[in-house]
Amino acid sequence: MRFTEEDVRRVARLSRLALEPKEIKGFQQDLSQILDLAQKLQAINTSNVEPLAHPGSTSVFLRSDTVTETNQREAFQAVAPEVDRGLYLVPRVVE
Amino acid sequence: MSHSELLNQGLTEIVAALSRHDVSAVELATAYLDRIDQAQPDLNAFITLDREHSLRQAAIADKMRAGSSGAKLAGIPIVQKDVFCAKGWRTTAGSRMLENFIAPYDAHVVERLNEHGFVTLGRANMDEFAMGSSNENSYFGPVKNPWDVTRVPGGSSGGSAAAVAAGLAPAATGTDTGGSIRQPAAWCGISGIKPTYGRVSRYGMIAYASSLDQAGMFARSAQDLAVLMDVISGHDSRDATSVNRQDPPCAEGLDRSIRGLRVGLPKQWMGEGLSAGVKSVIEKAIQELMALGCECVEIDLPMSEQAIPAYYVIAPAEASSNLSRFDGVRFGHRAAEYKDLSELYERSRGEGFGPEVKRRILMGSYVLSHGYYDAYYLQAQRVRRLIANDFERAFTQCDVIAGPVAPTTAFPLGSYGADPVQMYLADLYTIPVNLAGLPALSVPAGFDAGMPVGLQLIGPWWHEARLLQTAHAYQTTTDWHTKRPTHYSGVTK
Repeated sequence: MRFTEEDVRRVARLSRLALEPKEIKGFQQDLSQILDLAQKLQAINTSNVEPLAHPGSTSVFLRSDTVTETNQREAFQAVAPEVDRGLYLVPRVVE
Repeated sequence: MSHSELLNQGLTEIVAALSRHDVSAVELATAYLDRIDQAQPDLNAFITLDREHSLRQAAIADKMRAGSSGAKLAGIPIVQKDVFCAKGWRTTAGSRMLENFIAPYDAHVVERLNEHGFVTLGRANMDEFAMGSSNENSYFGPVKNPWDVTRVPGGSSGGSAAAVAAGLAPAATGTDTGGSIRQPAAWCGISGIKPTYGRVSRYGMIAYASSLDQAGMFARSAQDLAVLMDVISGHDSRDATSVNRQDPPCAEGLDRSIRGLRVGLPKQWMGEGLSAGVKSVIEKAIQELMALGCECVEIDLPMSEQAIPAYYVIAPAEASSNLSRFDGVRFGHRAAEYKDLSELYERSRGEGFGPEVKRRILMGSYVLSHGYYDAYYLQAQRVRRLIANDFERAFTQCDVIAGPVAPTTAFPLGSYGADPVQMYLADLYTIPVNLAGLPALSVPAGFDAGMPVGLQLIGPWWHEARLLQTAHAYQTTTDWHTKRPTHYSGVTK
């Protein structure tokens, strides 16, 4: 399959990625190549094969639903781009 | 033994010198840091160095040694791949996105090493978010191979491997999602281990593809790897995939004989695609294992050729999901200009991520999107099971699998500049192992035209000890692991 310019723009939108116009051409070619690679899987007969999401682990570890962490808001917000009085600042979304 | 000679030794010698007070942790760290400063302009193996921070840690290690804490490993210098969060250290994952990110907490691996008094010498360069096989995808520039600075060190843990190979540290941490420890270990002529999925906690390790990512180690010998494995292994409730098991320490029984061990040789791996030079090195290594009393059996991994296609569906899918956390709001890069929230996300991510990361996020979004999920993602997971089944069947006929790590030795920088997808194809011997979650290691096995070649050993789940015994036996009768690129090891010949 060939990725069209519109295909790349669509997945870029899904990925929340702003792309420069000059990047799009390159990604059209690269993504088409990767998809050709992935296409090879279609030839394999996998009827009655269970998908394997995680290797080896038969059971996932569960822990009790209790609070074990202390509040470290200041430490975590110290690395945020913009905060004010404990809140993360973003552009206004509701008028 | 002079300090300069000590710097090229293994952990046993370094620990002995620290115990005898021949050298203090501070002196040892200082000597390595001096060497790092000299080599850094050539190799670019580090993203962040902080001498004061390192020496503070070394001083703590000296105190631990003086006390009665029984900290017998305290003072061993180590290099951390820049993907492990470490409190107070800039942690970039090789990305502009995290150029100014100071981790607020320690990864499990970092925590364990700190508890034992290891001294962090610096933060190793890597492919951005561990995506790459050459370390050319780092925002902070490529790492050079200490054996030949016109060549790549391999990736994604290229800085870690180059640092250990160049004698800038006796050990380093790494992560391996599709070969990112084994391949740079092979190409830099050192030993590296990727443990069983679930053996080492991924807590605090910046995620790429969570069902494949596994932390591991680089060192100068299998013996040193065993010591390090015992430090970082074990259950951690902060990683839901961390498995709770009590395995005997890897360092115990390392000297066990490997006589009678059945070594499986995948018939698909020694044919087409493998360079003649690498092939002849691997064949000699197999002969050496037979001389040690191993029996060789041919095994069949018919699905392994599907590993690369399956990986380039599964890994990008997981990456697109994992990397959605970089939104320019809570941490990481934020664009300077945006008119609304969507634009804030899109521009911050567009500016913060490099081309390979974007490529994989885009691919991942595509295979997970409506109408393609079953055809690509679920099909890839079914093929993944078939690949794992191949290995399971093989391990009824053999105890370990041996083969090449990569089809060639390290290639010249820029070889794949115009065709990044071609580079993916070279990971054909390492990726199947991650898809199956198996433990595997690479040990130096010789040279092809002056560049190191690694022998890969793969074991059944949880059989790291067996792999390390095999590698250790090999290293007691061969000396490939003792070869150093003379230019960077203070050795003049």
